[in-house]
Amino acid sequence: MIDKRVSSFDEAVRDLGDGATLLIGGFAGFAECPSYLVAAVARKEVKGLTIVGNSAGLGQEHMKKRMARLFKCPDDYYPPSFLIERGQVRKGILAFPAAMGSSRSPFEEAYAKGQIELELIGQGSLAERIRTARAGIAGFYTPVGVGTFVAAGKEVREFDGRKYVLERALKGDFSLIRAHRADRYGNLVYRGTTRTFNATMAGASAITIAEVDEIVEAGELVPEHIVTPGVYVQRVVVRPSEPRAWNLPG
Amino acid sequence: MPGPRLDHYAIALRITREFKEGMLVNLGAGIPTLCSNLIPSDLDILLHSENGMVGYGPVIQDPERADPTLINAGGQPAEYRPGLAIIDHAESFAMVRGGFIDISVLGAYQVSARGDLANTVMPGKQIGSLGGAQDLAFRAKRLIVAMSHTDKGDRPKLVKECSTPITAPACVKLIVTDIAVIEIAPDGPILREHAPGWTVREIQDLTEPQLIVADDFREIDLA
Repeated sequence: MIDKRVSSFDEAVRDLGDGATLLIGGFAGFAECPSYLVAAVARKEVKGLTIVGNSAGLGQEHMKKRMARLFKCPDDYYPPSFLIERGQVRKGILAFPAAMGSSRSPFEEAYAKGQIELELIGQGSLAERIRTARAGIAGFYTPVGVGTFVAAGKEVREFDGRKYVLERALKGDFSLIRAHRADRYGNLVYRGTTRTFNATMAGASAITIAEVDEIVEAGELVPEHIVTPGVYVQRVVVRPSEPRAWNLPG
Repeated sequence: MPGPRLDHYAIALRITREFKEGMLVNLGAGIPTLCSNLIPSDLDILLHSENGMVGYGPVIQDPERADPTLINAGGQPAEYRPGLAIIDHAESFAMVRGGFIDISVLGAYQVSARGDLANTVMPGKQIGSLGGAQDLAFRAKRLIVAMSHTDKGDRPKLVKECSTPITAPACVKLIVTDIAVIEIAPDGPILREHAPGWTVREIQDLTEPQLIVADDFREIDLA
């Protein structure tokens, strides 16, 4: 029987080791962030990670302060910067590592201390590099970035009188993503804007792990509503019903 | 003495005057997202957000009503609007790269006389963020910049050459600042409108490249 359910977050990341490349879903807020998977990676204390995603997070306290004006914020928000603050990350491939304005993100703090490398890439090229990794395409030519620092060291080629830069597919060892509902096949549906990089990253790593609100019986998800087919997902794990501290096993 | 500088809402309001029926418009973080709350109710346009929304509404101001699963590019809670479509990030940028965005509104640290956009690395910082700005700047049909006319040290942000890395070359078409509206044209920047109480001389003094004064140079109309 095909069954992708695993019983705990610790079990879900059991084979995630030092030096792994992690595609971490999410965009800017807590609802689309795979917080409990990030917490499980923090508990594992693995080192030398490369993290790939939109933003590493602008820092827990900063986000809580800023976001508290906008939302009722949960206590169990663990963005990728949680791993940076614990010295587990060697490199970031990110679109939004630096905070807007003069405040500094945890990524910027680590960068200033020489603890972390950065590959800065725009969201569109990042998303397509991830999508092409899933789709078995080695790379693609995009007009975006030609003549800027992003194109440095990359092939530039002309098609029909316009210049394009070659961007290579970006495959991970693990995709850590967040979705709303799953079934045992790993089929996923998302709520609202939580789809974002989560759906893009599904299937773009050797192992894709989905953190979900609920697992339902096969057949309960409407086939036409399924955004991520289970083929792209190896493991699904359910979030706790009440917020749980990051350092508690589970 | 020149007049007071326009606030962020006034800048955003002036920018919404560029939006026309049926357009697909992307609003960047910062001043641009304010536009979503200032669009006239009888103007039917679609707002695109990087994280995968097409056709969203104004920013929700009340945390009690905010839905964290419906956020705009600035991470703020957005109002649902009939016709809203949700897509993933790759699709969202296929739309941008494919040239479907009519107007992109972005902030900037600097803009050059030829319309180079620098909004990646804030002057004084080691590293910056690209977000979705590079894709938008390269591929939107028209790029409008919303920014203060000068930086915190009162130095011009419309410059001859950008001193911080450029996000995209020769892409900015219109700049709306807290004292002026300036069009980037092949012959150079054209000063089209001024904030109340500001003269050509006073605006030029805070601008590096020479401005061409439009024949119909006038006060910004925010009525």
